[in-house]
Amino acid sequence: MTTMKKRSEMDRRTFLQVTTVAGGGLMIALYTPELLAQRGGGPGNAVLPLASNYITINPDNTFTIVAQNPETGQGIKTALPQLIADELDVDWKQVTIKQADYDATKYISQTEGGSRAIPTHYTRMRQAGAGGRALMIAAAAQQWNVPASELTTGSGMVKHASSNRSATYASLAARAATLTPPAPADLKLKDPKDFKIIGKGLSGVENMAITTGKPIFSIDVALPGMLSAVFEKCPVFNGTAVSANLDEIKKLPGIRHAFIVPAPAPGGRGGAPSGPASGVAIVADRWWQAQNARKSLKVVWDEGPVASQSSAGYAAQAQQLSAAKASQKPAGGPGQGADVGDVDAAFASAAKVVEASYTIPLLSHAPLEPQNSTAHFKDGKLEIWSPSQIPSPAQAGAAAGVQAGDVLMHLVRAGGGFGRRLNSDYDIEVAKIARMVSDERVAAGMPTVPVKLLWTREDDIHHDQYRPGGFHYFKAGIDGAGRMVAFRDYVASTASVIPANEFPRGFVPNFRVSSDAVTPFSVPTGAMRAPSTNGVSFVMQSFIDEVAVAAGKDPLQYRLDLLANPVAGGPAGGGGGFNASRAAGVLAAVREMSNWDKRASLPKGTAQGCAFQFAHSGYVAYVAEVSIGADKKLKINKAWAAVDVGRQIVNPSSATNLVQGGFIEAMSHLMAWEITIEKGRVMQNNFGQYQPARMMQAPPLIEVKFLQTDYEPTGLGEPALPPALPAITNAVYAATGVRIRNLPLAKEGYSWNT
Amino acid sequence: MPSYTLTVNGRRQTVDVPEDMPLLWVLRDVLDLKGTKFGCGASFCGACTVHVGNTATRSCITPISKVSQPVTTIEGLSADGNHPLQVAWRDIDVPQCGYCQAGQLMTAAALLKTTPKPTDAQIATAMTGNVCRCGTYTRIREAIHAAADGRKA
Repeated sequence: MTTMKKRSEMDRRTFLQVTTVAGGGLMIALYTPELLAQRGGGPGNAVLPLASNYITINPDNTFTIVAQNPETGQGIKTALPQLIADELDVDWKQVTIKQADYDATKYISQTEGGSRAIPTHYTRMRQAGAGGRALMIAAAAQQWNVPASELTTGSGMVKHASSNRSATYASLAARAATLTPPAPADLKLKDPKDFKIIGKGLSGVENMAITTGKPIFSIDVALPGMLSAVFEKCPVFNGTAVSANLDEIKKLPGIRHAFIVPAPAPGGRGGAPSGPASGVAIVADRWWQAQNARKSLKVVWDEGPVASQSSAGYAAQAQQLSAAKASQKPAGGPGQGADVGDVDAAFASAAKVVEASYTIPLLSHAPLEPQNSTAHFKDGKLEIWSPSQIPSPAQAGAAAGVQAGDVLMHLVRAGGGFGRRLNSDYDIEVAKIARMVSDERVAAGMPTVPVKLLWTREDDIHHDQYRPGGFHYFKAGIDGAGRMVAFRDYVASTASVIPANEFPRGFVPNFRVSSDAVTPFSVPTGAMRAPSTNGVSFVMQSFIDEVAVAAGKDPLQYRLDLLANPVAGGPAGGGGGFNASRAAGVLAAVREMSNWDKRASLPKGTAQGCAFQFAHSGYVAYVAEVSIGADKKLKINKAWAAVDVGRQIVNPSSATNLVQGGFIEAMSHLMAWEITIEKGRVMQNNFGQYQPARMMQAPPLIEVKFLQTDYEPTGLGEPALPPALPAITNAVYAATGVRIRNLPLAKEGYSWNT
Repeated sequence: MPSYTLTVNGRRQTVDVPEDMPLLWVLRDVLDLKGTKFGCGASFCGACTVHVGNTATRSCITPISKVSQPVTTIEGLSADGNHPLQVAWRDIDVPQCGYCQAGQLMTAAALLKTTPKPTDAQIATAMTGNVCRCGTYTRIREAIHAAADGRKA
């Protein structure tokens, strides 16, 4: 009990902090217990973290709310402040949003990835707001000498109904600053039925700036004296610059600096990066001058060993591996394989066996804003304006030769993330280039200047961390009643996702996933929106569809039947946590939305397909309706999505937008997106060879339904994408009898019917 | 260096730049109008769309020396940010990342000048050169209709 009391006193002192601000306002800051724990902290600890100043009550009774996470289009700069504002009980129109700088001493998880922002911050942000509200009530209770229980709030005011008194939060700020803030345990969060801002489809907080062309993106950062840079890297992965005609380049108009950036010290790259890839930096007064100078740039590259690799070589080796080893038991460790029951015996006794091989290609993320970042190295410190999804002062600092503590990192809105900006190579490059520019200038007796690095679209497509491709060799056995009794996937892996825990694991008595590596494979790979399932959903949900057809069953009902019959040997679904009733719930919902059971009445050449996926804690099922003729011209007539990401959608407008966008992105993956490698380099250059889905192909309607089940709210950036692909290709099968097993479709002679 | 006089958003301006410098970079880095965006540099994506005269034009492949009519950028689409398309874009909450939307708005505005009440097919034809990587097409279409209807009403 003593311990508990101590803990609560510590919380009381350290949870909230209030500070008056100039002009009579009040700043309400939240200490996070996680940060304290992380630093072994307590009130007496010298390295006590700073409080994160989520709320400022301004003297005019408006409220400045801090948005702590990076925004790349997922809507978090609107959603997190919505959580605070509702619990603070102010009107949205009284609120202005301020983007936080990166600060590990103030904030938890200032990252964008894994659809984690809502699950991580849903309660914490509400507590920050509720703490502010509780303070205002306490101040009013003291001022009026009435019990707090008689007070209500709304629109940034405290009201006492029986005496007909009210006071603005601003007028209570000075008194609130003298009070002991409440402890988290004493806070009462709103009953969801009283939400006024949470659950509202508010327009994004930067929509005015976006629609009027305000300079809010990373590429728009402009600083006095700033120079602009391009960075030419070896087209072959891991190649290095040996020499370049730098003297000639330096004579071109506007060029201020040109130099080779050497390869990082061995062991640097790939581990904790100590610097960027090798290349040639050209730094000019204006970016176009630097870019223009590239036309005259001649670099001698050491292309290195990767120059012998190609997509054709990877595919040939995958074929050989599958022929020799597809039937073997998995050799890898947990997560790299699964072997439940006796797959071989089950195949031998199965009434019917289905086999098929599937391939998915490497993909580039291609966010519309090419990679860029701006940095200034001055007096041993680095200031950087980063569009990263995982901002890292340590990485940027290492490249500039300084400690993380000497890095000031601003977070700037980015034109799309999709996982591309999980890797901060542009920050690392600009940090190194800014350091080298400043060193040159200091040596020449000149003042240091900021440097903006901007890649071209070609740079972006040539130097990504690509979504891994995959070669999957499936086999399934069904019994006389059509039940799936055995399932096998062999993956010839090119850094591929090995779906060892994916559905139907846990619902088929005999289940094996094994893999062997295609080597050498030296293409850099990384996470892309819905990592692991963005490609695996296509191969798994397509093959399950094949099995359903072979069993003579309705493919949607077949999935429901599987889900209804769990077997020993789970877990299913990306490391567990898979809830079969939630998966069945979205399937049942989309069945009704789409009139799935009446699909036989659709005209010839028009058909529906379905798929579902558990991804990043969310459950999504799609039905897609397509029309397709013998000319392989494909049109998507309509799509329906049923989504279960828990009991509360913070912003239904942006949530619906994300789901619809996920479907459209899937159309890009489906038809045209493929990165191919020849001689160790990427063969695609620009959107002409990497066509995204366009308005002409967008279906008239993508209907979205959120089921709002009684589970904790989870994120939505990722789950909506993966099952859209197999829903469409399963519909193509239903319409034509031709099974799509290789992406992209354009390679198989398909095109959009426009 | 040659000198070019052009009218941008109603203001006459003179710039000293090379003749092959794309209008995009004159706007962004010489005139400090950063609303027009660089996406591909090769006219594939439409992020750089501005009006030259009344025509939606890809500023990334338009050399400054070829610009002979007044230029309108997203900053000049309306005086107060309340062009019917801008209002509709906000009401319908079109943007996700927002990077393409200036180009989308400029293409849509050029469409409405010639076709005040476009059909879905006319919208598709006019807008299909503008990539939205986030996939906001259904909302863009809805917003164009909303703006067109509002104007007529």
